[in-house]
Amino acid sequence: MEHLELFFKSIFIDNMVFSVFLGMCSYLAVSKKVSTAVGLGAAVIFVLGVTVPLNWLLDQYLLKDGALAWLGPEYAEYDLGFLSFILFIATIATMVQLVEIVVEKFSPALYNSLGIFLPLIAVNCAILGGSLFMQTREIPNIGLAFNYGISSGIGWFLAILAIAAIREKIRYSNVPAPLRGLGITFIITGLMGIGFQSFGGMLTGDNEPPEGTETTTVKAENKEEKEIKKEIEDKEKAVSYNEVINK
Amino acid sequence: MALLSKKDSNLILDPLADNNPITIQVLGICSALAITAELKASVVMAISVLFVLGVGNVVISLLRNVIPAKIRIIVQLVVVAALVIIVDQVLKAFAYELSKTLSVFVGLIITNCIIMGRFEAFALGNGPWKSFLDGIGNALGYGVILIIVGFFRELLGSGTLFGIKVLGDPVAKTGLYALGYENNGFMIIPPAALIVVGIIIWVQRSRNRALIEEA
Repeated sequence: MEHLELFFKSIFIDNMVFSVFLGMCSYLAVSKKVSTAVGLGAAVIFVLGVTVPLNWLLDQYLLKDGALAWLGPEYAEYDLGFLSFILFIATIATMVQLVEIVVEKFSPALYNSLGIFLPLIAVNCAILGGSLFMQTREIPNIGLAFNYGISSGIGWFLAILAIAAIREKIRYSNVPAPLRGLGITFIITGLMGIGFQSFGGMLTGDNEPPEGTETTTVKAENKEEKEIKKEIEDKEKAVSYNEVINK
Repeated sequence: MALLSKKDSNLILDPLADNNPITIQVLGICSALAITAELKASVVMAISVLFVLGVGNVVISLLRNVIPAKIRIIVQLVVVAALVIIVDQVLKAFAYELSKTLSVFVGLIITNCIIMGRFEAFALGNGPWKSFLDGIGNALGYGVILIIVGFFRELLGSGTLFGIKVLGDPVAKTGLYALGYENNGFMIIPPAALIVVGIIIWVQRSRNRALIEEA
């Protein structure tokens, strides 16, 4: 049930393109034809499915606050969280390279269809975004991390497939000249995004806005932040008391 | 711009309008749109990108004869990632609230296509000073769009600018709200950003018809 919920949530509610705008560059650049869009979409699903669980392992056993505890109690206090960007992007870049080599060796047919897109993917924000969201949303186990990678990949695939199909059709329409190409694609994507917002109530059963929107996350995080501030203030108070006592 | 030659000042001015990274080159949309619901976040994002792109372009340009062509993407990624970590840590230290609002989008500057695009297209082939100007120019072009979008979304969506209620208080019904004006909640949701950018592109291309794409 947990898996099913995450699966549908990442495809429809927290859709990579429509709710958080990730992977927009390649989404706009490679969506002129359905066939190339399918190739890139498949490559994204694949790479997300590989890198998110890998980065989950990195996060759990290397980066998190106290993650190094398995090395021994003296390492338990280290927090290497600030290294996550550089390690995640390194994992992604090497995995993409590795996948490219392996696919070329074992499946030339697949390589021919995916090959040209693989280098593009290393710098696709959807891939790094997948790993970063996995980290901030604190996905509890590797099975769910794999699920999250695959399903957000499918969400992205769906989005690029849909826009490519629309762009193929729209070629025959009489769009105002200044809007032709890029402009109309932006506006269509916006309208599709509004459409996707209506999936927001799908899992909760009421009209709550989706979790991915800024307003809700900001509110939730403000609460956390207040707690943290309180803690800091308490600590500061304690320190100043100590000073007074010492004097 | 007496300090700069004509050619150099073009490096800065071109990306502001006719060669804008967002509306013409279609780069860097990924991390740009999600954070434009508030003007403050847009400004911070623009400054972060300005720093990363300006410094990164210089670093890559200085290293351009040392980097082996085959692994240049990884080298570039490492340089950007290091710079972005600096930005992230500074934001966490001095503007904690804001860094929470921007959440993962600071990290996503790494894969911002503008940065990789400028490294590939400019810094690898030009000297440090020119690369610096190019970086600044492109980051400003990016920032201008971000700030325009942020301005309209915050003004129309929440009736505020930088969190200050410029149109009056919607609850106490002062200012414009006394006349029956309502905030447009539509501007707050993420897809509105796309539509606003679409309209900016429309306006820009209507003014300069040379930019219109072939059907």
